[in-house]
Amino acid sequence: MSELAATAALPKPKRDLLPVLLPAILALMMLPLIGSPSSWVTLTVASFAMGMMIFIMASGLTLVFGLMDVLNFGHGAFIAVGAYVATLVLLPLASWVQADSLLTNLAVLAPAAVLAMAVSGALGLVVERVLILPVYGQHLKQILMTTGGLIVAEQALYALWGPQIIPLPLPTSLRGSFIIGDVAIAKYRLLAMLVGLVVFAAIQLVLNRTKIGLLIRAGVENREMVEALGYRIRRLFLGVFMVGSGLAGLGGVMWALYREQVHASMGNDLTVLVFIVVIIGGLGSIGGCFIGALLVAMVANYGGFLVPKLALVSNILLMVAILMWRPRGLYAVTSR
Amino acid sequence: MTDLLTLAGVHTHIGRYHILQGVDLGVAAGQTTMLLGRNGAGKTTTLRTIMGLWPASAGEITLGGQRIDDSATPDIARLGVGYVPESMAVFSDLTVKENLVLAARDGPLDDSRLDWIFGFFPALKRFWLSRAGSLSGGQKQMLSIARAIIEPRQLLLIDEPTKGLAPAIVVALIECFAEVKRRGATILLVEQNFRAAQELGDSVLVMDNGKIVHRGEMAALAADTALQERLLGLSLEAHQ
Repeated sequence: MSELAATAALPKPKRDLLPVLLPAILALMMLPLIGSPSSWVTLTVASFAMGMMIFIMASGLTLVFGLMDVLNFGHGAFIAVGAYVATLVLLPLASWVQADSLLTNLAVLAPAAVLAMAVSGALGLVVERVLILPVYGQHLKQILMTTGGLIVAEQALYALWGPQIIPLPLPTSLRGSFIIGDVAIAKYRLLAMLVGLVVFAAIQLVLNRTKIGLLIRAGVENREMVEALGYRIRRLFLGVFMVGSGLAGLGGVMWALYREQVHASMGNDLTVLVFIVVIIGGLGSIGGCFIGALLVAMVANYGGFLVPKLALVSNILLMVAILMWRPRGLYAVTSR
Repeated sequence: MTDLLTLAGVHTHIGRYHILQGVDLGVAAGQTTMLLGRNGAGKTTTLRTIMGLWPASAGEITLGGQRIDDSATPDIARLGVGYVPESMAVFSDLTVKENLVLAARDGPLDDSRLDWIFGFFPALKRFWLSRAGSLSGGQKQMLSIARAIIEPRQLLLIDEPTKGLAPAIVVALIECFAEVKRRGATILLVEQNFRAAQELGDSVLVMDNGKIVHRGEMAALAADTALQERLLGLSLEAHQ
């Protein structure tokens, strides 16, 4: 009877905080190994900034994965397209980029980012309709189609912009560092952290405070039941795919400015990193993706500083370690 | 009495398995029709095929005279069909409230309808803001059913709702289904608990090997032990 009337309280849900604490634990563990506190702070801030950029690129992919079980190996194309589209604004307006005024710099950066997101999002619409729609539920074909799409996109970028690397200098007011004691914190890294946190907060707000967000969360868990409630999940997925593509485009702009260059294979180069983040985080989990991006960036930065020879394999080792601990990622949302 | 739902010669394949092998049935409007049969007879597949989750490979399904066998699941749901799967399929990451907000597709939650549901399932009110994943099995079943009836539906497809539940909850479910029927809904209910089936059912369909092998009044089957043993392979006592 108690189950019906609920006279007993529910068991308190276990708060799984260990993954959340993992980046902090890792950072603290690195302090004695790195030795110099100023180097440690610089590396930690660099990790956080890099992690935020990777998170922006990967957040859409994790929802696409979780919601519709689609393996999009072409996600990197949106990253590269976003970066190239930004050059259409930033290079002709180079005088605004070089102006020694934060407002002027932001006045050119903001429309470049918005245009990059819009074009990448629109490209996402085309990719979903043309490449992914015919191969729903067929993983092997999805891999072939989206990998093919990535190659075509890369070659199209070469054809349109040429094979050379395009330099993309940072806006003047975002160059240099803030010096606090012995510690130098690059201004652009602070901006990247801010943008990453804003994107994370916005996604959390949508997922937790809107009906569309509820539908996405429910769809990631059980898309069949969402359809049985009368919702056309394919339309929802198309929307998520476009937003995810747009965010990848934004991430591409951020990354290109971070590296101060744009090249057609940058999306391809980042694809593996983005997939590692999505797998570490748990398919469909935005929180897991956020922590996964931080961990990947920390391992890359700390590992590159301490054991440079391990830099190439450090992220794979991280993924193996996480999956041995939690085979479905840090926060498993789906049963896959 | 006219049939709200009809299946004529329905076949369903899942991969290389031929599960439904020409199902013919009618579900009378305003009645509760029980779908009984041994494990593996095709009962769940029948409900999923009606719902469009596993499309029929042949045959015709009509709801209120309209063909739905080519319709997508969301379109079938939008015709007023509620579905309670065997697995309950509550969204465990969402709260009880959020589960019901999603189920009330066309508008905000109706307070009087909610109070009506809380009358059957007080636990849902108490755990309104708790994550559905933290509920007990019985409470998840209450939520799954509440989700199906939070808005008026013309047809409810319910798959083994009493399986593994405590007797008090089974009684609450039976009361709930009886009230839902009194309010005009038609119910097609898969059930292994013969006592529950006997209390709820107006008519009965029995499946075996992907076909309907018996149709008739529930009361007639309940009164005929020999027929129960022949069709269901177990005596009434064994089902209680």
